[in-house]
Amino acid sequence: MAATYPIAVVGDWESVMGFQALGLDTYPAASPEEARQTVRRLAKEDCAVIYLTEGLAKEMPDVIARYKDELRPAIILIPGREGSLGIGKENIQRAIERAVGADIL
Amino acid sequence: MPNITVSPTRMELTRLKGKLRTAQRGHKLLKDKRDELMKQFLDTVREVRALRKEVEEELMAVHGSFTVASALMSSAAIEQALMYPKQSVELGMTTQNIMSVNVPVYEFHTKTKSDADIYPYGFAATSGELDAAVDALGKVFQKLLKLAQIEKAAQLMAEEIEKTRRRVNALEYVMIPNTQEAIRYITMKLDENDRATTTRLMKVKDMILKEAIDDRRAKNAEALANAGSVQT
Repeated sequence: MAATYPIAVVGDWESVMGFQALGLDTYPAASPEEARQTVRRLAKEDCAVIYLTEGLAKEMPDVIARYKDELRPAIILIPGREGSLGIGKENIQRAIERAVGADIL
Repeated sequence: MPNITVSPTRMELTRLKGKLRTAQRGHKLLKDKRDELMKQFLDTVREVRALRKEVEEELMAVHGSFTVASALMSSAAIEQALMYPKQSVELGMTTQNIMSVNVPVYEFHTKTKSDADIYPYGFAATSGELDAAVDALGKVFQKLLKLAQIEKAAQLMAEEIEKTRRRVNALEYVMIPNTQEAIRYITMKLDENDRATTTRLMKVKDMILKEAIDDRRAKNAEALANAGSVQT
């Protein structure tokens, strides 16, 4: 598979502007609704990795759950400018719970 | 007894025994798969946690630098400086098979050769803080991509483990007991039939014997009577 895929960063402008310098595709989204649509569109366009700020992710768990079991895209939460909200860690915890059937570790 | 509708025949018994054997073997295999997946999964999760902690801390530092930079420069100036990236990233994706779970493996190529040459702006009009922020972000990006890879792997493995776990439990607690129950039922029914046949045969034998004895007795009596009349 020699195909290349884009990497997208979705979040509020202050959080994502830095990634633009790295050559990633940034999609500033002010509202959760906007982010929701952006993520859906990116998923349809075969984006491999979408970095999403936790502040927005908090408002759209349904979209994240929707793409959780797909190979593409991988939606990875990153802390936004307001600081880590612990949602990323919580998601790992939830994956463990799902696999084991109980909360271990 | 949910599986009472089976017909108690020898054919059915053979079929069910075969089914039970298959189920038990499948159960064992799936259990092994689950255990191995779980082992791999826990390793991955441990890695994800450590990496995520690191990445989050580093990203917060990056955000801090950007905040300072935006305090020193107008947001329009920052946007302008970062607007046209010098570097571009291409992401290639292959998949790796871990215990029948396809997990992604990312590899990326950057357009610029050296890591130091990623600033898309001239240094004159921008603050030094912005350089530091972009530089730090470039360093954390490697880890970010690695995080994406293993976190996705963890998610996919969690899904597969859940599925396998359900299958194992379904076999262990529903399928195998039900089949065993049905086999027991058929065996008992067949034994019962056997006993019924034996009893019936014994009864028939008794009846025939009784008839024969009666017959003989009648004959004896007749012969005795004849002998008596001849003597007198």
